[in-house]
Amino acid sequence: MSDDVLLAARGISKRFGGVQALHAVSLTIRRGEVYGLIGPNGAGKTSFFNVLTGLYSADEGSVTFGGATLALGAPHRIVGAGISRTFQNIRLFGAMSALENVMVGRHIRLRTGVIGAILRTPAARAEEADTAARAHELLRYVGIDRLANQQATHLSYGDQRRLEIARALATGPRLLALDEPAAGMNATETAGLRALVEKMRDDGLTVLLIEHDVKLVMGLCDRVAVLDYGEKIAEDVPDVVRRDPRVITAYLGTEAV
Amino acid sequence: MNPVAPKLRAHLGIALIGVALAVLPFVVGATFGNSWVRIVDFALLYVMLALGLNIVVGFAGLLDLGYIAFYAVGAYLYALLSSPHLALAFPAVFASAPDLPFWLVLPLGALVAGLFGVMLGAPTLKLRGDYLAIVTLGFGEIIRIFLNNLNAPLNLTNGPQGINNIAPARIAGHALSRPLELFGAQIPSVTLYYYFFLALTLLVIFVCVRLQDSRLGRAWVAIREDEVAARACGINTRNVKLLAFGLGATFGGVAGGLFAGFQGFVSPESFGLLESIMVLCMVVLGGMGNIAGVILGAVLLALLPEVLRWGAAPLQQALFGSVPVDPETLRLLLFGIALVLVMRLRPAGLWPSALRRRELAAHADGSAP
Repeated sequence: MSDDVLLAARGISKRFGGVQALHAVSLTIRRGEVYGLIGPNGAGKTSFFNVLTGLYSADEGSVTFGGATLALGAPHRIVGAGISRTFQNIRLFGAMSALENVMVGRHIRLRTGVIGAILRTPAARAEEADTAARAHELLRYVGIDRLANQQATHLSYGDQRRLEIARALATGPRLLALDEPAAGMNATETAGLRALVEKMRDDGLTVLLIEHDVKLVMGLCDRVAVLDYGEKIAEDVPDVVRRDPRVITAYLGTEAV
Repeated sequence: MNPVAPKLRAHLGIALIGVALAVLPFVVGATFGNSWVRIVDFALLYVMLALGLNIVVGFAGLLDLGYIAFYAVGAYLYALLSSPHLALAFPAVFASAPDLPFWLVLPLGALVAGLFGVMLGAPTLKLRGDYLAIVTLGFGEIIRIFLNNLNAPLNLTNGPQGINNIAPARIAGHALSRPLELFGAQIPSVTLYYYFFLALTLLVIFVCVRLQDSRLGRAWVAIREDEVAARACGINTRNVKLLAFGLGATFGGVAGGLFAGFQGFVSPESFGLLESIMVLCMVVLGGMGNIAGVILGAVLLALLPEVLRWGAAPLQQALFGSVPVDPETLRLLLFGIALVLVMRLRPAGLWPSALRRRELAAHADGSAP
C-alpha cells in the first residue's frame, strides 16, 4: 500500500497572526488518482495548497513526495521535485504569447545559462527548438494549439484555464495541483475541463483538485478530503464522504442533521 | 511571391544600415564639424547605458532609479587605474602611476560594477515597484556622495574636484585621443572613438538580443508579468533577478569606463540623480523591453539638448529679434512636454515591443504529458 503513496503530508500547521489557518493536517495522495480537497470558504484549502507548492512555509509538519522530504518554502525546488500548480484567479504572463507562457513552464527543465544563451551554442539551440516543440505539443494536448501565437490576455476565460494547465504540465510534474479550475466556468467549459482532467489521469498523472463545484468533485475524484476551520474532518471515497455527518454539518450547519 | 525575397530584403536593410553607420562620422564631421561627432559618441554611450538599464527595468520589471551609480563605479575604477591620482595621493604605496593595459582595466571596471549590481540587488530582492525605486534611488545617491566626500581622511576620489589626466582608450598600441594617419588621410580622434564605441554598442545589442530570446529572457519577462506565477513555474526568482541586476550593472560599468577614458576627467557631478532619470526616460520613452525602441529613445534624448543648443537661440533671434528663453531652460520644458505627450499618446513608448511569434513545425500527434 505504501508503494503507491505519492505524497504524504504530516501534521501541517500554519498560523497567520492569531488565525490558525491549518491545524495538523495530514493526508496521503496515491499514485495515479484524482484527489479532491474540498471544504467551505475559509476552510484552509488554498493555504494548504500554498504550503504544498512552497509559496508559504509551514509552521509545523512535513511533506514527503515520492519517498523524499520536500523542501517546503522553496517553490523552485518543489517544482523541480515534480509538483506544479495552477491558481484560483488565473495567473498567466499577460504580455506573452500562449506558446511563450508554456515555454516559461519548461524553465526548470532547461540548462542554458548566460554564456550558452549569448553564444547560442548548438546545445542551447537544440534545447530551444525542443522547448518550442514540446510547448506546441502541450498546447495541442489541452486543445488550444491554434492559439499558440495569441497574446495570453486575449484568450477566452476557458482557454486561459487550459493554458495555465498546459504551463503547469510543462514543468514535467508527477502531481498536478489545480486550485478551483472550474471557478467561473459555464457548464460546457466545466464538462471540457472534466474531460481534460480524466485524460490526464488516464495518461498516468496524479491530480490534486481543490474545487467548490461539489458535483464535479464527487463525479471526478477517486478520493476526497474535507477541510473545515483548518482541520481535516474526512478523507475517503466520495460516496463515504458524502454521507459523513461531520461533512454535512460543516457544509449545511447542525440544524440539517 | 518569391520566398527568398523577404530574407534578401532583410539582408539588404542590414547592409544599408551598416554603410550608413560606417560613413556617419565623415558625413557629420564634414557637414557640422567634429564637435557633432563627439555628440554622436556620447549618444552611443547613452545607448549602452539605456540597454543595460533595459535589462533591469524593461525585461525584469525592476524599477531602478540609481542605475547611474554603476556608470560611476565603472568610470571611477577606470579613472583610478589609468591616472596618476593614486600615485599622487599615496606616494608611499604607489611608486608611480599604475600602467595597466586598457583591455584589462575596462573589463575589470565592468566586473566591479556588476558586483555592485549584485550587492544592490541582494538586499532588495523582496521589494517591488515604488519601494524598490526608493531604495535604488538611495543607493545611487550614496555612491555619488561617497565619491564626493572620499577625499578625506584618505584621498581616494579627490572629492568634488574629480580625477583628471585619465589615460585614453588604447587599441593596438594607438591611443584613441590622437588622430590616426591611414593611407595618407587623417582620421580624427572623435571618429576613432566613434568606431570603437559603435563596435561595443553593437556587441551590447547582440548580447541583449540573444539574452532576450532565451530561457533567461523569458524568465525575466515572467517575473515582470507576475512574480508569484513565475515562482510557481519553478523559476528561481532570486538568482534570475540578481542576474538581471548584475548584467545591467556590467553594461553600465563598461559605459562608465569608456566615458572616463573618452573625457579624460571624471567628477561626481556627472553621476547625479538627474542622469539616472534621464537614462530611465530613454528606456521608457523609447519602449520598455524593446531593444530597438530603447536605442531610439537613447539617441533621441541624447541628441535633443544639442539640437536645441544649436537651433533654439538662432531661431528665437530670427523670430523675436532677441533670445527670451535660454536654450537650457527650453530643453527641460520640451523634455517635459515630450514625456507628457508620449505618456498620453503612446503609453507603451515610441516603439513598443511586439509580441514575438514563433512558428514551429508542430508534431502531428497530441501525446503528452
